[in-house]
Amino acid sequence: MELLMGNEAIALGAIRAGVNLVCGYPGTPSTEVLETVAKHNPGDIHVEWASNEKAAMEVGGGASFTGARVMVTMKQMGLNVAADPLMCLSYLGVKGGLVVLVADDPGPISSQTEQDTRHFAKFANLPVLDPATPEEAYQMVQEAFGLSERWGLPVILRPTTRICHASASIAAEPRSGKHEYPGFEKDPRWVIFPSLSLKNHGELERKQKEIGKEFSHSVFNDVEGNGSIGIVASGAAYTYAKEAVEELGANVTLVKIGTPYPFPEDFALEFMKELDKVLVVEELDAVIERSLAEALGKHNIKLGVYGKETGNLPAAGEYTHEIVRGAIAEFLGGGERETAAEAPPVLPVRPPVLCAGCPHRASFYAVKTAMKGIPAVFTGDIGCYTLGNAKPLDMVDTCLCMGAGVTVAQGLYHMEPDKKYFAFIGDSTFFHTGIPGVVNAAYNQAKITVAVLDNSTTAMTGQQPHPGTGRTMMGTDSPKIDIEAMLRASGAGWVKTVDPFDFGAAVAAAKEAAEFDGVSAIIFKAPCIALHKPQGAYEIHESCIGCKKCIREIGCPAISVTGGAVRIEPSLCYGCGLCAYVCPAAAIGEVRK
Amino acid sequence: MKYDILIAGVGGQGTILASKLIAQAAMEEGRFVRTSETIGMAQRGGCVVSHVRIGSRDESSVIPMHGADLLLGFEPAEAARSLGRLRKGGKAVVNTARVVPVTASLSGKAYETEEIFEYIRRGAQVWTLDATAIAEACGSAKAANVVMLGAGIGVGALPFSVECMEGLLARRLPEKLFAANRKALYAGYDCVGGAKGETE
Repeated sequence: MELLMGNEAIALGAIRAGVNLVCGYPGTPSTEVLETVAKHNPGDIHVEWASNEKAAMEVGGGASFTGARVMVTMKQMGLNVAADPLMCLSYLGVKGGLVVLVADDPGPISSQTEQDTRHFAKFANLPVLDPATPEEAYQMVQEAFGLSERWGLPVILRPTTRICHASASIAAEPRSGKHEYPGFEKDPRWVIFPSLSLKNHGELERKQKEIGKEFSHSVFNDVEGNGSIGIVASGAAYTYAKEAVEELGANVTLVKIGTPYPFPEDFALEFMKELDKVLVVEELDAVIERSLAEALGKHNIKLGVYGKETGNLPAAGEYTHEIVRGAIAEFLGGGERETAAEAPPVLPVRPPVLCAGCPHRASFYAVKTAMKGIPAVFTGDIGCYTLGNAKPLDMVDTCLCMGAGVTVAQGLYHMEPDKKYFAFIGDSTFFHTGIPGVVNAAYNQAKITVAVLDNSTTAMTGQQPHPGTGRTMMGTDSPKIDIEAMLRASGAGWVKTVDPFDFGAAVAAAKEAAEFDGVSAIIFKAPCIALHKPQGAYEIHESCIGCKKCIREIGCPAISVTGGAVRIEPSLCYGCGLCAYVCPAAAIGEVRK
Repeated sequence: MKYDILIAGVGGQGTILASKLIAQAAMEEGRFVRTSETIGMAQRGGCVVSHVRIGSRDESSVIPMHGADLLLGFEPAEAARSLGRLRKGGKAVVNTARVVPVTASLSGKAYETEEIFEYIRRGAQVWTLDATAIAEACGSAKAANVVMLGAGIGVGALPFSVECMEGLLARRLPEKLFAANRKALYAGYDCVGGAKGETE
């Protein structure tokens, strides 16, 4: 037995099932799946971070056409980017097992939406498996490859954060051998034309019913207990329900559904036979709740189904043990005992912040300094630098989705051309979906400045390489894609690369870029502090006048007021020196060794 | 016997490694373990909480409110924030060293811990220690997490011995880090015996 995180268990399960190719784009909480495959690669698995999820899904589709086993990984919003190839793959079909690992994020803890991938599966007519624990995710991923091959369809495995980032004692087994695949055979079935789509659509609808019948016998669905009140649960919410039922000593029929779509209708009709009413406990959308109601209506059975739609459980946000236990206790007719606990005193709030020494802080502050007194809008994007929104920097006025900073700025510009627009985008996000936006700006003559925050990594998700880094997940070197050349080729008429810590030059570049008549671009280039830790450090001298401008202007976590004096914490400072630029009394200097 | 352990701290303090070490030590004693971590946006100086549940195959990976047997508070305010998950009269081992958030510096409000410790003492059996200073004295400020582990074992709230944890550290850590961490482990363990810590 070893302690495995859900994402590690999924990766090891896929390796055991003989996966031949794994690709994806980083996104919390899915990232560690692909990283673990790369770490445990027996040598014959092709592993890659794709430039975005659409590219990953298409690479995965192509590999599957050869009969190879494939896993494509992403977070829930990544599936929006990959929607086009996925929808078409459900019509075209696959040959080798294609498992699409999509991690959902109830809360949301680190996402823009709480979208429910089970809905997406239904929309795309694809089977979806919903694990309740890391060990079940390990079993499900192995089953998913065979399922995909039997039905010739991609299969979605959809864990949530509490599965991905939870760990359990798991006995992972080694793979029996490499999965051999026949190779690509030319066949009209791989070319999607309207006539083929029509034929396949009919087939696809037929398969939905048959897979639903197969799922009615799935080991991932389970009934225990025999009370006349039913609790139907899925995912992490099932574990809360199970623990709550035990604590309450409730005599209920507890049902777990691990195959939410195609809905296992026969299974549901069977367990509902003996029940008086049912409470559905599922996070995100009311997917199972509606499917149960639909099955009952179809068969003209009168039985009350309760859950989100009836207000028994919250419509939004992550479930907790307390929410589930409270809802079950109330459903059983008993009041939940109140556990009055003393509230804590007022505690300092602790939002995540840009690290001490983070180059993004210097880039934001340079643009802020250059645009002082000038009407300007700062559009942001997805990454660590979204944190530039926080005070005192306050440099992110909009944030929508991956790549949207560049394009939202254009919409703003066309409606209000008299302002200056800076679109901040990270290097990995630039490769993900930033480039088409730059092309669009140049073509449609939006006067904006694209500010690429190039820290040579995908930082937010934990330092993954990308096309600009020259490193791959196979451990090989690849040519670095040149961001400056890419910007010029995309139509930016003024492009300059500066080191944000060369502060005077960075401010001058921002001023010049803003004056350019067309699309301009600045690449603020300095490595992520988590990747490259310089050895320097700064300190505050006795000449400090106590004005606290350094704290008010840049919000560095290494600077604080202790006992009335402003102080730089030596264990946090990497000596970026931004505070020294800010200090009006020249009281901050390098620590001399 | 089940053990539910909650670790609360600030991103960068080594809470995740501490939870892994507890889980692995328990597994070496033949127990089933579940853990749950905060990874991603909550890091970067934000609040982080790790749940470790020992001996509970049929439970969720998250400890219910008022359910934890032990709270390892790596930072005073974070210990207070998570105290609601500790069972009434449960054990709390709390590091007295503060991590002052940027927001506190910006607001100009002082971050005092007196009231915080009074609150914690009303809800738990408390042991306090300056784990950060103890770790520095042992040769590595980064070993504060191991000082906290040692203290957790010292108060008798973890189902394995300090020797078992020492063996695990010897296998897990690079040789050059082991000496300071071994020192840190025993310093934490001895400290809650009353020598330097405040036993209540």
